Amino acid sequence: MNSQLKPVFTNQKAFIPFVTANDPNFDTTVQNIVALAEGGADIVELGVPFSDPVADGPVIQAADLRALKDDPDLPMDRVFDMVVEARKQTAVPIAFLTYVNIVFQYGYDAFCQRCAELDIRGLVIPDLPFEERDELAPIAERYNVDIIPLITPTSGDRIAKIAGAATGFIYVVSSLGVTGERSQFNNDLTGLIAQIRAVTDVPAAIGFGIHTPEQAAEMANIADGAIVGSACVNIVAEYGTQAPAKLRDYTRQMKAAVSGVAKNPAV
Amino acid sequence: MTELNLALNPNTTGRYGEYGGQYIPETLMNELDNMAKAYEHFKNDPTFKTELHDLLVDYANRPSLLYYAKRMTEDLGGAQIYLKREDLNHTGAHKINNVIGQALLAKHMGKTRLIAETGAGQHGVATATIAAYFGMECEVFMGKEDTDRQKLNVYRMELLGAKVHPVTSGSMVLKDAINAALQDWTTRVDDTFYLMGSATGPHPYPLMVRDFQSIISQESKAQLQDQTGQLPDMVVACVGGGSNAIGSFANYIDDPSVQLVGAEAAGKGVDTNLTAATVERGSDGIFHGMKSMFLQNETGQINPVYSISAGLDYPGVGPEHAHLAATGRAQYVGVTDDEAVAAFEYIAKTEGIVAAIESCHAVAYVQKIAPTMRKDQIIVCTLSGRGDKDVASIAKYKGVAIDE
Ligand SMILES: Cc1ncc(COP(=O)(O)O)c(C=O)c1O
Repeated sequence: MNSQLKPVFTNQKAFIPFVTANDPNFDTTVQNIVALAEGGADIVELGVPFSDPVADGPVIQAADLRALKDDPDLPMDRVFDMVVEARKQTAVPIAFLTYVNIVFQYGYDAFCQRCAELDIRGLVIPDLPFEERDELAPIAERYNVDIIPLITPTSGDRIAKIAGAATGFIYVVSSLGVTGERSQFNNDLTGLIAQIRAVTDVPAAIGFGIHTPEQAAEMANIADGAIVGSACVNIVAEYGTQAPAKLRDYTRQMKAAVSGVAKNPAV
Repeated sequence: MTELNLALNPNTTGRYGEYGGQYIPETLMNELDNMAKAYEHFKNDPTFKTELHDLLVDYANRPSLLYYAKRMTEDLGGAQIYLKREDLNHTGAHKINNVIGQALLAKHMGKTRLIAETGAGQHGVATATIAAYFGMECEVFMGKEDTDRQKLNVYRMELLGAKVHPVTSGSMVLKDAINAALQDWTTRVDDTFYLMGSATGPHPYPLMVRDFQSIISQESKAQLQDQTGQLPDMVVACVGGGSNAIGSFANYIDDPSVQLVGAEAAGKGVDTNLTAATVERGSDGIFHGMKSMFLQNETGQINPVYSISAGLDYPGVGPEHAHLAATGRAQYVGVTDDEAVAAFEYIAKTEGIVAAIESCHAVAYVQKIAPTMRKDQIIVCTLSGRGDKDVASIAKYKGVAIDE
């Protein structure tokens, strides 16, 4: 498979911010994607809102609720259209975070085809574990769309098979539980990454709970990149339609931190 | 009473046709795998089986009666009606069969904390009960709407030593309680066992719950044989997630002459949006760990559902039911609020039984179908629970003011 995401990690640490589509509306989402790209995001992770985001914490759950509040029947094609608009201004690699039912309802083949057309190169699907990925993975592979697997501190002896089958990059969950800001990470992340590296050269990015530049730098030091969800979503929650400029600034800071060139290393 | 046969239609793959599976976050996969392996081991373990048997008999008050409903039969003038009286179990519903099995498994797995979701509160009460019995910590997640509708059950759980968390996310009902329980579990897999209340969710839950609830049909089959020497022509049970129904069906699935009917909650009507009739109105999807049938919109968002019965307003159904529906082995029929309330009053007046509003969905279908059947035919209808919990809300529905 010809992964479009793996090369993103070549010779650099990646910063991967996340926002939820349609939070708070169509136009802001388009501008958010563009702003994240301008700020230096290496991959933009775009969340497809779902009514019941079981793997997400209160912050992202609230974003999903906001996104669907006035638009409970938001069609998937509207979300694709946000990417169509963003693509007029940026070529930044995009990955979707979506629950499997959304993909299933659209049709696996049609969904992957549309992703490929819009240069959406990865799918993070928290409720599609290794054991179930075969119903989607071969189709996604035909379209060169990576299924990004998650590896968690509880993965244990599953790591070899998950990492062994991974393409694109691996999403390493920093701590137990759901997404959200944290001050403590599972203390053996280094060991977790080592286990992954023993199996594959597919890059590993750490996510779940990262919010400060210091944390991002620490994670980028251990792994190949840092994924930041709730912190970005909080910015959208606070600034609404004014979020794009804030997200751009935040991304600059975070990208600098993961690249090891933070202007203000801990004083 | 003979020991429960846990090896009926064994299924280690977790698939029922195309339905079932394990669509669950990675954080929980090892734990589910442990659970599936532990269950496969203990279901063949003589000590486990004896303990289970003793608990079902000595604690849950099994076997439950198979009661010939003479007055109902005469009044309806068709098929002979037998009621499988799960309402007479300890804690007043079929839920105890399942919690005894799962809690015993949890204990053998070395877990010390039980968590559960609950809709009507019945499963929460059953879980709190068995947690008290085993001296385990217990936390129950319950939608805020439901804690308001079922205050008495909330207090009952607290009385039994459980902590009840009102869930304020989403539409604040059963599905949101499941989301919250799953989320709690992801943060504490080490000491915690998630005790699922219905034959839903990822493998091995649909299998385990079916097996533990299959005591219903194992008994009813033997009891009916004793009383009439026959197989039933039809088995009817209400369907929320589908645990009492799959338990009522399990021992008859391989008897093609036995018609299996699940009564779903149609709420204000199958054709309205205020419904929970998953099989009739829903479509295939993937949610809460399983591929099954769900009430959802075109994008795949899970719809809010409605029923007068808190125990039936779940937007999905267990995967084995989806399979039984797809293959035509079982039929699923919608019963409205009005019909269920009428059945609640009917069975109280004709048989002197105050049955759960959930169960009355099955009774309402029996009222409809029995008169169309021959007098030598037999219906076994499961009364999944007793209706004390519903008396106040039925009075309210009827516009009767009661001073509590
Ligand atoms: C008395 C009773 N019957 C039926 C149900 C529905 O559950 P299931 O379909 O799993 O049997 C409930 C759920 O709370 C219940 O309390």
